[in-house]
Amino acid sequence: MNTTWSRFNIASVVLGFAFLYLPIVLLIIFSFNESKLVTVWAGFSTKWYGELFRNQGLIDAAWVTARVGFISASFATVLGTLAALALTRYTRFRGRVLFSGMVFAPLVMPEVITGLSLLLLFVAIGFDRGFVTVTLAHITFSMCFVAVVVQSRLITFDRSLEEAAMDLGATPVKTFFAITLPVILPAIISGWMLAFTLSLDDLVIASFTSGPGATTLPMKIYSQVRLGVTPEINAACTLLIAVVATGVLVASIVNKSREVQRQRDEQAAQRN
Amino acid sequence: MAQSSVSDGIGSDSAAAPTAGGIGRAIGNRLVILVPYLWLVVFFLVPFLIVFKISLSTTAIAMPPYLPVFGLEDGISGFFANLGELTLDNYLWLTGDALYFNAYVSSIVIAAVSTVLTLAIGFPIAYGMARAPTSLRPTLLMLVILPFWTSFLIRVYAWIGILKPEGLLNQFLMWTGIIDEPLLILNTHTAIYIGIVYSYLPFMVLPLYSALEKMDYSLIEAAQDLGCPPISAFWKITFPLALPGVVAGSMLVFIPAMGEFVIPDLLGGSQTLMIGKTLWNEFFNNRDWPVSSAVAVILLLLLVVPIMLFQQAQARAQEKGR
Repeated sequence: MNTTWSRFNIASVVLGFAFLYLPIVLLIIFSFNESKLVTVWAGFSTKWYGELFRNQGLIDAAWVTARVGFISASFATVLGTLAALALTRYTRFRGRVLFSGMVFAPLVMPEVITGLSLLLLFVAIGFDRGFVTVTLAHITFSMCFVAVVVQSRLITFDRSLEEAAMDLGATPVKTFFAITLPVILPAIISGWMLAFTLSLDDLVIASFTSGPGATTLPMKIYSQVRLGVTPEINAACTLLIAVVATGVLVASIVNKSREVQRQRDEQAAQRN
Repeated sequence: MAQSSVSDGIGSDSAAAPTAGGIGRAIGNRLVILVPYLWLVVFFLVPFLIVFKISLSTTAIAMPPYLPVFGLEDGISGFFANLGELTLDNYLWLTGDALYFNAYVSSIVIAAVSTVLTLAIGFPIAYGMARAPTSLRPTLLMLVILPFWTSFLIRVYAWIGILKPEGLLNQFLMWTGIIDEPLLILNTHTAIYIGIVYSYLPFMVLPLYSALEKMDYSLIEAAQDLGCPPISAFWKITFPLALPGVVAGSMLVFIPAMGEFVIPDLLGGSQTLMIGKTLWNEFFNNRDWPVSSAVAVILLLLLVVPIMLFQQAQARAQEKGR
């Protein structure tokens, strides 16, 4: 009885992961296809990567995307961390319900609505659309994701540490930088990475809020995909996947080694 | 309006002691709340009010392409004159056109069916993960989250190569001899369902997993010892205990799926009617800003109930976490 049950469990996990990963794996494999036909294998080749690096339009778009992502993720991390602090530390202030609603709503809000409303704001205040407006839009929706990630860390945070620091005479600012920040730093870092990838990923909101000269990579890929699938786009996608996967992997290794170090420190402290 | 109600109403619960740093600390407390609050009011709340206002405007051949435009130069009387020009015409027009009605209905149906499919596929995965050896769980969790970090657009795009008539799925099925003729999947509703289930699966699996992982499995053993068959043990114990995860996951799939644009556009072909796509076309192809605003307002009204359900589920989960 027990073994069949666990076999069923293993099978569902394995099949589920196959479903999640097979399309991505196939995409990567076919980016090395010699043929121009995306679905017929005609031998190994890296020529599409060469084509990619000669495509100035794609390179420009990648550069725009990287800058938007870096700037918006950094601002979103600061704003999102403040929002998370406000939500966990201050249980009563006027408009708290509205505030928490505004923090959670963008997580699920359909992108077409967010994009349209931000565009109409920029038009109403007469702000020229371009690099700045895309960045402002990305800060707004990704700060909410950062807030949720940081908040979940803050909820489990042991506040007696902060109180002890303050009893010993540390100012609130010093307490924050000496105690609170180091503890929630992993959450802040993963919040930044989440914000960065969300910005890297966004097509709909960027299409609404961007103007001439600020075409992002997803916008470029999307316009090319609509004209027909090419191995060049497969190559671009593979590179993007590689960048993101490397980032996530490095971050998780760093996180893990910090965790191991922390446990070792704790054990050492207990032994003394 | 919202600004003044915030700034005079911030009270910290950390009992700011009247020390030397008291004043600085009070200002610091206010800034922690005020900065993100103001940002969201300016870039989230105000934009919605503008959408609402423009949905009541009339289309004009101008820039911006709607009337009236509220300008400061008209003064107060001009403001009220402009206010009188707002109409419900766009909404009347939307209700009069079967195209929009059908788009809303088909969006609801597609989002609902996809949610049920995602739940049916996601539940066994989440359950299997929750019952995996403890040492394996962080890796499995990581593997579920990883696709979420890779581009949504790319993952949808990858399905084009698989689903099209000469694509990999048809090649595989014909090679195995299951079918003789290529199946038409791309540009049908089936392709949209596959796209939504695939893209949103992690959103379903993660809340389900966190609900199932906390579950006490001795309850099931007890039920089995008492002679309860596995299927009714599932409905009587596992499913009720996983319900918070079911609600959160379903909302996380249903709400964004309602307004989805990329998946129906790339996988569904030109014939699919979904409201996100309609809004996009109305805006970018017809350049009718007032009508697309009205489309957005109705979509938002349809989503108010699910969004509030989601927020409640979220708040409850948080209280448990404390």
